[in-house]
Amino acid sequence: MNVFKKLILATAIGTCFAPAVNAEMSIEITEGIESAMPIAIVPFANQGAPLDVSSIVDSDLGRSGYFKTLPPQRMPERPTTADAIHFANWQGAGQNYVVIGRVQPNGGQFNIEFQLFDVSNGSSLLGYRMTVPANELRKAGHHISDLIYERLLGKKGIFSGRIAYITSTRNGTQANHKIMVADADGANAQAIASSAEPLMSPAWSPDARRLAYVSFENKTASIITQTLATGQREKVAEFPGINGAPAWSPDGSKLAVTLSKDGNPDIYILDLGTRNVSKLTKNRAIDTEPTWSPDGRNIVFTSDRGGKPQLYSIPVQGGEERRITFSGSYNARASFSPDGKFITMVHGNGGDYRIGVMEANSKSISVLTSGPLDESPSFAPNGSMVLYASRKGNTGYLSAVSIDGRMQQKLVFDSTEVREPAWSPK
Amino acid sequence: MKFTKTLAAVAFASTLALAGCSGDEEKDASLTDGSLNGANGLNDASTSGFGDGSGINGGRFGANGGRFGANGLPPEFSDPNNPLSKRTIYFMLDSSQVQQDFVPIVAAHARYLVANPSRHIVLEGNGDERGSREYNIGLGEQRAKTVASMLKAQGVSESQLSIVSYGEEKPVAMGHDESSWELNRRVELAY
Repeated sequence: MNVFKKLILATAIGTCFAPAVNAEMSIEITEGIESAMPIAIVPFANQGAPLDVSSIVDSDLGRSGYFKTLPPQRMPERPTTADAIHFANWQGAGQNYVVIGRVQPNGGQFNIEFQLFDVSNGSSLLGYRMTVPANELRKAGHHISDLIYERLLGKKGIFSGRIAYITSTRNGTQANHKIMVADADGANAQAIASSAEPLMSPAWSPDARRLAYVSFENKTASIITQTLATGQREKVAEFPGINGAPAWSPDGSKLAVTLSKDGNPDIYILDLGTRNVSKLTKNRAIDTEPTWSPDGRNIVFTSDRGGKPQLYSIPVQGGEERRITFSGSYNARASFSPDGKFITMVHGNGGDYRIGVMEANSKSISVLTSGPLDESPSFAPNGSMVLYASRKGNTGYLSAVSIDGRMQQKLVFDSTEVREPAWSPK
Repeated sequence: MKFTKTLAAVAFASTLALAGCSGDEEKDASLTDGSLNGANGLNDASTSGFGDGSGINGGRFGANGGRFGANGLPPEFSDPNNPLSKRTIYFMLDSSQVQQDFVPIVAAHARYLVANPSRHIVLEGNGDERGSREYNIGLGEQRAKTVASMLKAQGVSESQLSIVSYGEEKPVAMGHDESSWELNRRVELAY
């Protein structure tokens, strides 16, 4: 980790450089599942790579909650080639799977090879070779974790994604707000924007290359899109009043946003090409927090037209607005699962705010968390987990819970206010 | 009018700061193009990474732009016995009704603004931390609009007023119970 950080520092030439003072994040599994699969990630043979790729894989899989990894000191042997594996030893150690690999220099880069074996019959389930530069060894580790996860669990891995979130630090009356982007394991956290005025509502573009967010940098609300690779920013909305809650259309060409320029907060569709806005909802209540169904046909949003905030749905082309939540006194801030089958939301009852997941068809809501101040839920790109912000005492933290509620991870930061997590869609 | 120009100048300075180095970014070497990129969407990252102007560091803005206090306001604004010294209106939970206690304060500011038509104020709406953030932006705006309506009803010109809602993003009390929440549900009259 440290070595890797130095690598980043060494390559960071030119202007605008300062050591990252951003809070480090670590992840604790607070609730695991009993059926976690025993798997041994044997330390890879390593010739000169500055980072232990196998330890990244070990940590990814262990952290997922679906695997129980074997510490190297308890391994019966440490093979690095297939013919050196004695499967009986691994059966004796209670393992279901074993992973071996090698990292070797290749010009200025590294060749990584790994294989996944079923211990019960010695069959090879997966073998892969890749070539990466030194500064992508960590990314390669996450990619290997994804491949193993998908092979054994049958759904896409979530280790290569990134998360965006907001942090705030305060010094007397001075505040500093940042939009951070980190790897899904919390490593490589970087500020992509910082301001003395609030920043909020980061939203990933479908291709995960851009973020839209709300900035009060000019002491009025504006919606910004920013390309991560280049840092290029565009102010796409700065109307009088509220400019908020940006949500990308599935094709990336439009944003659904909240504007109050015509009097009170309504949902508008902003065409990013033409910059035209068209008004979608026309209610005198607060309509906000739009989100697109993955098929791009409907917008689900929060409205307090019935008194308290509840979720409503409207066709993107306009039409009948239907209330879709009926249990709980407060349902807001909806977000769809990638397959469109579930909607997660802030679910409130009597001043207690928890994360709920609703089946889109049956409309039945399960409550996944214990509150009392949980907010900003969004799905992992494979739909298996919901990432959200929570608070214990004076500490804000991010947490992820599986949609069956069985598995819970806490992402721990030191000494900073952290909120509004959003998992990249890929 | 002079004041408006000052604000604009500060805003311009801030914009300059935005374009420059924020000083707390680092370049992201991990985003350079590589063979794995197709798998995780980091493809076209140039060597500039997250750096170069991506930051919008407004630190210099807040430091110099204080609109409260001094700023040419007459002495009655700092006389604790004068209602003009009170520039925060507090609200009940889930309510944008101005309570009786605050009606005289709003009225005093209305009289001052009517007498000083070149003065402009920003009504900054705020809420407590409970519930979802963007919905709270909506609630904060409702509160600011209620105060704006009262001021206009007492003769203040529309052009003297602007509104911004910060929702729960600018708490003044950092606790997580009612004693903090009641201080955060507020509209600030910022001259």
